[in-house]
Amino acid sequence: MTTAGANEAVSGADLIETLSESEVAKIEAECAHLPDRQSAAIDALMIVQEHRGWVSDASLFAIARLLGMSAEALDAVATFYNRIYRQPVGRHVVMLCDSVSCYVMGADRLAEQVKAHFGIDFGETTPDGRFTLLPIVCLGACDHAPTMLVGEELVTDVEADRLDDIFARFE
Amino acid sequence: MDKPLTERIGQNGGQVVDIDAYEAGGGYAGARKALTTMTPEEVIELVKDANLRGRGGAGFPTGVKWGFVPQGDAAGTGPKYLVCNADEMEPGTFKDRYLMTFDPHLLIDGVVIAAYAIGAERAYIFLRGEYFEPFRALERAIAEAAGRKYLGDGIFGGEFNLDLRLHRSAGRYICGEETALLNALEGKRAQPRLKPPFPPASGAWGRPTVVNNVETLCCVPAILRNGADWFRALGLTDDAGTKIYGVSGRVNNPGLWELPMGTTIREIIETHAGGMRNGHKLRGLLPGGASTDFLVPEEHLDLPMDYGSIAAAGSRMGTGTMILMDDSICPVDMSRNLQHFFAQESCGFCTPCREGLPWLEELLTDIEEGRGTLEDIDILEKNGAFIGAPGNTFCLHAAGAIEPLQSALKYFRDDFEAHVREGRCPYRERKGDG
Repeated sequence: MTTAGANEAVSGADLIETLSESEVAKIEAECAHLPDRQSAAIDALMIVQEHRGWVSDASLFAIARLLGMSAEALDAVATFYNRIYRQPVGRHVVMLCDSVSCYVMGADRLAEQVKAHFGIDFGETTPDGRFTLLPIVCLGACDHAPTMLVGEELVTDVEADRLDDIFARFE
Repeated sequence: MDKPLTERIGQNGGQVVDIDAYEAGGGYAGARKALTTMTPEEVIELVKDANLRGRGGAGFPTGVKWGFVPQGDAAGTGPKYLVCNADEMEPGTFKDRYLMTFDPHLLIDGVVIAAYAIGAERAYIFLRGEYFEPFRALERAIAEAAGRKYLGDGIFGGEFNLDLRLHRSAGRYICGEETALLNALEGKRAQPRLKPPFPPASGAWGRPTVVNNVETLCCVPAILRNGADWFRALGLTDDAGTKIYGVSGRVNNPGLWELPMGTTIREIIETHAGGMRNGHKLRGLLPGGASTDFLVPEEHLDLPMDYGSIAAAGSRMGTGTMILMDDSICPVDMSRNLQHFFAQESCGFCTPCREGLPWLEELLTDIEEGRGTLEDIDILEKNGAFIGAPGNTFCLHAAGAIEPLQSALKYFRDDFEAHVREGRCPYRERKGDG
């Protein structure tokens, strides 16, 4: 995963960027088993995000053109879903559960401790571009609350004194 | 006792049950029996007779839902769809993750049977995007099943074909609502659709579609193998089968247990979850996720956890995974946490939900932080009742949001009033003690 795209121009002729062969191939593979191309909208956004780390305006225009839909209609989809990032994120997204089982087990206090650990608030990225901190709803591991997701790894029974060890594993 | 949902996981020492272990435990015998010896109508009748009800929260009879799907020429042209709702996101619910991670073939077995029963040639598992372990387990299991011709063309050497695909959701709780889920599957914003038509008449891409929860489909293979009478006899009350019950909160042994349907709340909390931890007292519980009304230990511990008994007490069994509120937790602050969730997860389509839920969260925040008035409590009650009344909004999201709020106001009203009277949260200094 990279954060390529963070510096790209999004004006005039540069508004539509070129999707890679690999991205196009994966999107076409989704379109092939769906009744119409626009049904692949969410899959296409996720595929491009997997390659580029986030979905820039220029990426959005390119995907919309590939699927034969307006960029506005595609952005209405993109902005609905919390796992589609319309802003750059760090190399690892830390998602801290704030739903009720974790709340009961001290998630509010843990949230303050994690924010202090990184020196950032929810929605922000550490200055070194390593971590972005976001709240998330119930991660479905409530018997081991409080929980969080670091990248693709579920971390359970989180305690403040383990934070250094947990995050050290993610470069 | 029989544990058709979890016995293989136990026998396998808590490791992922691969296709060999699954088949050694009688796996795919249910699908094989259905596809090679029964008509689709016979399968539907069997599941109706077993009295299997949806385990996703609503409790609708599964066989009846399947029976709504038009068969033969009545279905028109084009594919029919079976969709497994694996978008587990009801706060406090962690049962489907467990089943999919550790016994993914059980779900595939159920999907094949259900698809055969309704005549669907395409099936989707609509999986929560944040569920990475279940994704890897299912991806591997689907490949294993396809390798043995349990998926794809000519399953079990017969004429039935099934193309099963995993769809990973891009997020949002509202995707758990079945018509919102179908819009998400079609690549659109996940806004609920007007009903009727219901999905069995017009679902994914306008075609007949059944949406079933993970645990529901996981119940099906053993019904095929052992029969309807066996399944009904598993339950202790009017409801059939076993149920995966769960407990989270300050208990000694939080977790999940497959138990007979109708096991009492007391047995689940005291015997299986080991009772309250560190001398904490139980004050209330949400029996089946965030969108279910509070029950209280003074009145409800001896209720059987089944659809009818919990409904008669004014709540819902929901997902059957209960969230306990102990005496260190402020009911007002917990209500604020719950309304924050529902306000955030509103799809924004209807005004009462989009505007009303954030308003309720704001009022709860005011009361929690000592700025509330007695009038605010009345507003919570009156407007909660308005926002939550079925028919005032397009779907049941807002109604679900109001369930824990109206019951918190009923059972913990003294706490709300104490916040106003004292101008502060009486629990603040007690928070977070073990």
